Amino acid sequence: MKSAVIVFPGSNCDRDIAVALREVSGSAPAMVWHRETELPADLDLVAVPGGFSYGDYLRCGAIAARSPVVAAVHAAAARGVPVIGICNGFQILTETGLLPGALMRNTGLDFVCRDAALTVANTDTRFTRGYAADEAITIPVAHHDGNYVADADTLDRLEGEGRVAFRYAEPVNGSARDIAGIVSEGGNVLGMMPHPERRIEAAHGGTDGRRLFEGLLAAVA
Amino acid sequence: MKLRIIVTLKPGVLDPQGKAIEHALGSLGFAGIESVRAGKLFELDVADDTSDEAIDAMCRQLLANTVIEKYRVEKAA
Repeated sequence: MKSAVIVFPGSNCDRDIAVALREVSGSAPAMVWHRETELPADLDLVAVPGGFSYGDYLRCGAIAARSPVVAAVHAAAARGVPVIGICNGFQILTETGLLPGALMRNTGLDFVCRDAALTVANTDTRFTRGYAADEAITIPVAHHDGNYVADADTLDRLEGEGRVAFRYAEPVNGSARDIAGIVSEGGNVLGMMPHPERRIEAAHGGTDGRRLFEGLLAAVA
Repeated sequence: MKLRIIVTLKPGVLDPQGKAIEHALGSLGFAGIESVRAGKLFELDVADDTSDEAIDAMCRQLLANTVIEKYRVEKAA
């Protein structure tokens, strides 16, 4: 699987996702600095990692979303290349319009850093095919702004079109309809607040995140 | 030309920070606080010939996230 990880100033999960991709697929991703204007050719996956790009200035992900490399990510997404944005990556993908809605401050105002119980809401996406329908999984969250917000029409459309990939099975951050992760209209862009790359080997306390990457790999192979 | 751009949450968007501020004012003993909404203020110094269209584009493309926020521009001499 040929993949790329976008690196912004302030990204801090770029190496975690790189390790996860290498462990699962056997090949290391290209690390692409935000000033680049092109991505490597023939990618099977673009990953936008978690962290605190630009110190969360203005709004989380807002500055990163206007980086030169993001135009290339848009172009790749338009060609159908799978794109995954995790945590700050999810915030960046909403800020740049690849995914609808916005991520606001957690309703409890606390930074939430712990394991979160999730439900796989739709297994018919290229990101979730490694899971069973309605499967309960545990993946860590670590964020201050994960409260998913969209207007009622958008939420209805996301649910109606099966675009909610993951839901929280417990209160975490006040997200509308317990949304933890969504996919784009074309199905090839996923944004999620929980960190699957932090649950890929037994030493992490579980492997519930690993199957996301294994499912992607199986789709490519 | 000096601009003040005020970005606030759209009506109906819940504002957890405003709510916390509201409660804190209540804790300080201020009575009659009915609602607090937090927002952002940007002060820009721009070329005098900057068009309204350009200012609006700055707001839409970066300063405000129009999914959840609205903005208004005040010009000072």
